[in-house]
Amino acid sequence: MVEVPATTQFSSLQGQLGAMAFTLATTLPGIHSAAVEKDELVVRTTRQQLLPLLTLLRDSPHYRFEQLMDLCGVDYPSRVERFDVVYNLLSVSYNRRIRIIITTDENTPVPSVHQLWPSATWWERECYDLFGVRFTGQPDMRRILTDDGFEHFPLRKDFPLSGYEEVRYDVEKRQVVKEPVSLTQDFRDFDFVSPWEGMLTLPGDEKAHEVRQGIKRARG
Amino acid sequence: MTEFKTNAPLAPGDVLLKQDIPETLLPDQLATAEPRRIVEFDSHKLNFGPQHPSAHGVLRLVLELEGEVVARADPHIGLLHRGTEKLIEYKNYHKALPYFDRLDYASPMCEEQAFALATEKLLGIDIPERAKWLRVMFAEITRVLNHILNITAMGLDCGAVTPALWGYEEREKLLEFYEAASGARFHANYFRPGGVARDIPTELEDRIGVWAKEFPAWINELEGLLTENRIWKQRTVGIGIFTTEQALAWGFSGPCLRASGVPWDLRRSQPYDNYHKVDFKVPVTRQGDCYDRYLVRIQEMRESVKIIEQCLAQMQPGAVKVQDPKFSPPPRAEMKRSMEALIHHFKLYSEGYHVPPGATYTAVESPKGEFGVYLVADGSNRPYRCKIRPTGFAHLQALDEMSRRAMLADMVAVLGSLDLVFGEVDR
Repeated sequence: MVEVPATTQFSSLQGQLGAMAFTLATTLPGIHSAAVEKDELVVRTTRQQLLPLLTLLRDSPHYRFEQLMDLCGVDYPSRVERFDVVYNLLSVSYNRRIRIIITTDENTPVPSVHQLWPSATWWERECYDLFGVRFTGQPDMRRILTDDGFEHFPLRKDFPLSGYEEVRYDVEKRQVVKEPVSLTQDFRDFDFVSPWEGMLTLPGDEKAHEVRQGIKRARG
Repeated sequence: MTEFKTNAPLAPGDVLLKQDIPETLLPDQLATAEPRRIVEFDSHKLNFGPQHPSAHGVLRLVLELEGEVVARADPHIGLLHRGTEKLIEYKNYHKALPYFDRLDYASPMCEEQAFALATEKLLGIDIPERAKWLRVMFAEITRVLNHILNITAMGLDCGAVTPALWGYEEREKLLEFYEAASGARFHANYFRPGGVARDIPTELEDRIGVWAKEFPAWINELEGLLTENRIWKQRTVGIGIFTTEQALAWGFSGPCLRASGVPWDLRRSQPYDNYHKVDFKVPVTRQGDCYDRYLVRIQEMRESVKIIEQCLAQMQPGAVKVQDPKFSPPPRAEMKRSMEALIHHFKLYSEGYHVPPGATYTAVESPKGEFGVYLVADGSNRPYRCKIRPTGFAHLQALDEMSRRAMLADMVAVLGSLDLVFGEVDR
């Protein structure tokens, strides 16, 4: 057994990440933005550029992101392309992390990355299961976490917390039956916006508020 | 209960042993002896779990076998899916934290730490020194707790019963520390964004110190049972080998990655809380088999004890949560006197705090490996999205590759060495 001596390798990460963000944004096509947000390198790109970018990040000796640590979706229902698909990569060699974000909607598939990292298969299955994001080139697109025969995509923002149907064991039929959810008490979703802090526009004050916002926008 | 009806054609000599067989299950006619046939199967499928004791929870594993050799393993997960991520989106940050105890119930506090660190990062607050030391100390106690359970349960899977009996006694001592600090033995809810829930009782530091003196001897005893044990080595050495390249490609982390020869530990390479102030070694082995994963865990327990001792030595009295009433509740006594404290308390426990918009992927070295939280805040008092990156999910996925062409009996050793907890895998 080999033991690694105690040394601190954690230094000057900030500058390195900034330089990397600059290099990525200036040299590669199709990068919407590359920036250091809260000490983390975030790159936003397009679906078409995803595979070339990830291949470069994995294989180039300058980057060497050997591991795909996480892949997940985020839902913003108000946007045209409502889903973010987020890839969190880790480079063990250089001790760096990077986050790649692309957008998609319900019908547009995203290229699968399981050829680059075999571990992507389950993350993509999970993303499909919970959000309904489809991946092209992924041979195993079964649902993974939800129940057998489940039809919806539970982590979408328009899916209610209580779901649509509940299952129980019916003693007389001797089988599990599905029934529409009946809540004995209304679902409690509190509005925490208090007139002191969260609310920017007071009732009756909309016009003045708009003027103020307009001024702010013009300045910014 | 169905009443037994006598319309089934029973011969006068037959004895019916069970009276409450439902009608639907009663045979139409009694079985008659058929001429004996010999059928040879070349390959068949075996359903392993979800109620198998060595499936470590609710894993259903469909194994395609060729004789006794596993040709393909297809894990079916999701039997313990509770929609944690969805639930967290509907709770404020304060109330989202206890869900993390219930993910990996063998190492609760480390999961809390990931969420607490992520929230603190988005809030931009720094916690007091004593809280950091308490977190490091309890994270290491959690690591020992987890490794004891894993090693002994893996032993149990391979036929060694004694380690499990000894291990539970030792775990009980640690759980008492948990209880003394947080009031709960498992679902501690102790690490909070902004520090820890409360300071530990005065005598607890001494008790942990006494335990830390005694514990290495117990590890020696455990090693005496297993490390050089002939049966144990036969069951684990050279079983479930994973090379460095494979381990990296499959997203391994923690002891499983280190057993494959990658000196990677988030406590060392991306230190959080006070891990940069403690001195510890990162055990690494080269073989990448079940035995190496076991060795790494044993060595990690020894290092954990060292870290706990350093924490005890360096800990100074002081505050254990940020002294900002917007994030941490006021002391009970103050609430009785001060109107402002009462308002703060009420606001904190009803509305909670608002977290400025932003996103972070924060990972900690949980006993199983990298446990990450991708937290997206939209400026309200509830997380917009909280993706939990479970460690076991990635490890379980590689099971197929890891156990290909292995014997059926080695399956349990491989499963045990991966250290899976399904609360975390299924979320």
